[in-house]
Amino acid sequence: MKDYNLENRKYIIVGFLVLILLIFGIRLFNLQLSDNKYKESALSNAFLRKVTFPARGLVYDRNGNLVVFNEPAYDVMLIPKDLGKDFDTLALAGVLGLTREEILGKWEEMRRQPSYSAYTPQKLISHLSPEEYGKLQEKLYLFPGVFVQTRTIRDYRYHAGANILGNIREVSQSELENDDYYRPGDYTGDLGIEKSYEKTLRGVKGEELLMKDALGRIKGKFEGGARDVAPVSGKNLTLSIDMELQEYGEQLMKGKKGAIVAIEPSTGEILALVTSPNYDPSLLTGKERGRNYAALNADPQLPLYDRSIQGAYPPGSTFKPSQALILLQEGVVTLGTAYPCYHGYVNGLRVGCHGHASPIALKPALQTSCNAYFCWGLKNFLDRKGGNRDELFTRWKDYMVSMGYGYPLGVDLPHERRGFIPNAEFYNNSFRGNKWSANSIISISIGQGEILATPLQIANLCATIANRGFFYTPHIVKAVEGEEIDPKFKEKHAPDIKRDYYEAVAEGMRMAVLGGTCKGANIPGLEVSGKTGTAQNPHGKDHSAFMGFAPFNNPKIAVVAYIENAGFGATYGVPIGSLMIEKYLNGEISESRKGVEQRMMSTNLTGGKN
Amino acid sequence: MERTYIESQRGFFGSIDWITIVLYLIMVVAGAVSIYAASYDFEGERMFDFNQFSGKQFVWIGLALVLATVILLLDARIYDIYAFPIFGAVLLLLLVTIFIAPDIKGSRSWISFGAVSLQPAEFGKFATSLALAKLFDSYNFSLNAKPSNYLKALLIVFLPVMLILLQHETGTALAYFSLVFVLYREGMSGLVLFGIVLLVTIFVVTLKYFEPLAIGMSGGELSVFILVTVVFTAMLLLYCKDPRTARNVGLWFLFCAGVMALLSALGVDVPGTLCCVISILVAVGYTALVMMRRTLQKFIVTIIFAVIGIGFMYSVGYVFNHVMQPHQKERIEETLGITDDIRGSGYNVNQSKIAIGSGGLSGKGFLNGTQTKLKYVPEQHTDFIFCTIGEEEGFVGAVGVLILFLLLIWRVIHIAERQPSNFGRVYGYCVASFLIFHVCINVGMVLGLCPVIGIPLPFFSYGGSSLWGFTTLLFILLAIDASRKES
Repeated sequence: MKDYNLENRKYIIVGFLVLILLIFGIRLFNLQLSDNKYKESALSNAFLRKVTFPARGLVYDRNGNLVVFNEPAYDVMLIPKDLGKDFDTLALAGVLGLTREEILGKWEEMRRQPSYSAYTPQKLISHLSPEEYGKLQEKLYLFPGVFVQTRTIRDYRYHAGANILGNIREVSQSELENDDYYRPGDYTGDLGIEKSYEKTLRGVKGEELLMKDALGRIKGKFEGGARDVAPVSGKNLTLSIDMELQEYGEQLMKGKKGAIVAIEPSTGEILALVTSPNYDPSLLTGKERGRNYAALNADPQLPLYDRSIQGAYPPGSTFKPSQALILLQEGVVTLGTAYPCYHGYVNGLRVGCHGHASPIALKPALQTSCNAYFCWGLKNFLDRKGGNRDELFTRWKDYMVSMGYGYPLGVDLPHERRGFIPNAEFYNNSFRGNKWSANSIISISIGQGEILATPLQIANLCATIANRGFFYTPHIVKAVEGEEIDPKFKEKHAPDIKRDYYEAVAEGMRMAVLGGTCKGANIPGLEVSGKTGTAQNPHGKDHSAFMGFAPFNNPKIAVVAYIENAGFGATYGVPIGSLMIEKYLNGEISESRKGVEQRMMSTNLTGGKN
Repeated sequence: MERTYIESQRGFFGSIDWITIVLYLIMVVAGAVSIYAASYDFEGERMFDFNQFSGKQFVWIGLALVLATVILLLDARIYDIYAFPIFGAVLLLLLVTIFIAPDIKGSRSWISFGAVSLQPAEFGKFATSLALAKLFDSYNFSLNAKPSNYLKALLIVFLPVMLILLQHETGTALAYFSLVFVLYREGMSGLVLFGIVLLVTIFVVTLKYFEPLAIGMSGGELSVFILVTVVFTAMLLLYCKDPRTARNVGLWFLFCAGVMALLSALGVDVPGTLCCVISILVAVGYTALVMMRRTLQKFIVTIIFAVIGIGFMYSVGYVFNHVMQPHQKERIEETLGITDDIRGSGYNVNQSKIAIGSGGLSGKGFLNGTQTKLKYVPEQHTDFIFCTIGEEEGFVGAVGVLILFLLLIWRVIHIAERQPSNFGRVYGYCVASFLIFHVCINVGMVLGLCPVIGIPLPFFSYGGSSLWGFTTLLFILLAIDASRKES
């Protein structure tokens, strides 16, 4: 009793099924064959591009001594979900030597991280010491879900040169935005060469392609690591610094504010760059970095401030050699020209001077640091007959700039300051109705007034004189592994001044050591030439400065010592500067000068503990 | 009688439909392999490790084959003779389950026998099919002979549905509605199927296009009005065979539409809903007048279609917002693309689409699927097993599976149609209906084409209950089929 009319309904039913399956087929076609976005979603879904960090470049000094290196640091990590049921926080605290409050605090801190997930590794404690790590490693089996991750942090062989070396810290928000290389939590250099050579030191990150499941758990390397990219280590740096000299300089500057800069004149390589007060670079590494940095930052003595390149001081009499050069080159004076000095420059106003013969010629003026000579010189230069004051002053300014003043020299360290060399426009604005003359600005001729210079700029002048007429931009990195250093450091800069004039100035400076203001620098056999500076300043006692180089012919070192509020240049500047020269050239301090050394090291001018 | 002789020469095994068995075996083995791939963890595990899903599935398959053999070896007449007692027993089991089953995620449908848990609802399918077949096999039974026959059939279907709903297994309960295909095959008017399709369309359109248009109603509303007027006119023409009335009504609708379009084009603020309702009421009234002159039942049906269509549209919002569970609403909204919450309710389907979409033409290769393996797709070894196939075997594999199902269902319908008795045929259609429903809903869900309803893909999804349930369902048909020539 089969109804064949009804049997045909099977076609409707099968037709319905075929229609649905056809829709499925079209859907599959759309999903799988015509749309690529799902493949991309799948990639970002299931793969974790895990960054592998390169070893940061090492730092050596000019003698090949290791200065900065990497040290493993151990972070205690855990995956909250994987912790055993009977996970005992207090037992873990006991192993790590923490109190109950400390570990609970760390726990809370971990939980509050925006990236917190119960399924991925979380950092509980950072920077375990190797000893703590050893202890934990033994007991680790008691704490399933807890493991230790090794990272590297910086470590320092010397407790000196923090201003040069800098340190590393986590990247800031603005660095994240400005450089695609960084990801949150990455480290970057802060201060010193760690900052200025960041790109050289950091290397290139590698990448591991890991598979992760829906809960973010890592399920091993994709294709056994075949697609991983190995990190490229950062390049090693060789500093021009002599770390022993640097350390020595920091010892000399203990208890004083100021800076020492030592340059190898023939290359522009900086041998020592001391700022004081300073700090031990290893304070800014490891788990205490944050706290230490905050303390240094809050210290009223400003230890983070690098006075050698950031301190802008009146150069005082160390400025006079530059003036002598300009006067000779401009023909304002010859070596025979003598100016009167009756205890000073007296010409409607008075700039004091100290006792010496009068009238006085250029070399003796340098020898005795006569103020009047240079005042007369500047006056005669600016009041030259038929000359235009503004044009002449601009000329003067151009000489100064060509000698490296007024603008940052371009040392390979961050935050170098420019000092200050006024130009005609500056005075036109300062004096109402352009009413200014040589007399109104006369103090600039002796490195006072508006003139400001960094110790590095002063040292650069000294190096230029030592070279008898040229300098290389001072720099701190002598060589980069497998790379040329910046060509600008190989470029000779020569101010437009004849070599003879430099020779004369050098001789004047030699005379100052032999029988003038710098007698304290007269070290037998070293042929030191020098110039003191005693710079008046609005902050109290005069700054004590010295610049000098040695030996007289073929100089190996040019030094500037600048000590804040320490009085006459001869009192602190000369002994400290000459000790630096002696230390560098002889490797040790002679018995006869041990007393001076001892006195310098033990003097405390700041009243502080340092 | 010579034919009977030859048949008996071929013997019992010769009379079994081996094509179905081969399709069945391909499916269950492919299913177990896919389960292995889906639960494979990259950390190395063996396919036959009995602690793993794939190993367990091989145990289920082994036991299913034993079950299948027993079913084939039993005298097929017992299914006929004991159809109602079996049905009664299963109903009792379903009832008992409600009270003794533990609450697992809100569902009370699993009974555990030691290490093994079974879902009696899966066995309700074959019992209900047997009972329905037995009903249609009664002497001189014809669905359309009297309305009470419909009631009897519906009673058989709704008894297990009610019990399963009480177990909170909505998906499994919904599967029983697929038996409407059986009723259709046995003579139920095609208008019912048509009506269902119409209502589903109205439901979807109303919800999906809820944004108001310029003429004071939503896109969904407008679509439904157009649909209803077109259906109304078409039914007058094709179903009532009254071209004159159809023409008048059709012209009336066109006139109304034209006037509304013109007015709104001129910038008049047309009260669209009111105009449409009035124009349809006028058409209904006119048809009622025609009907009164001729008293034709078909006119009544036609009018009912129009009235229910419009009425349903306005009740959709209420049903959706007040009757449905929040998670059901979310799933429907997700499917219709109204919401797009790929972290929440849409997570499964989005991940499922990503997994399948990343498979490409030929897939990533066996065990190379990353999405399913790394557990991005939830329920990947059970309800979302099709995903693994799509990812690892690609378009080719996925379409292959769909073709396997098409062949199997076609074969089942073929077997059903060759049964000499109503019993065998109705039973066969029940099997086909359940398979159609499960395949369409499961794959549709995985592809994001229909809301997430948690029902397994027959023979592929992990799980003893589902596999045994469908094995029993299918092999009873084979047993009935094998015995048809012996008698």
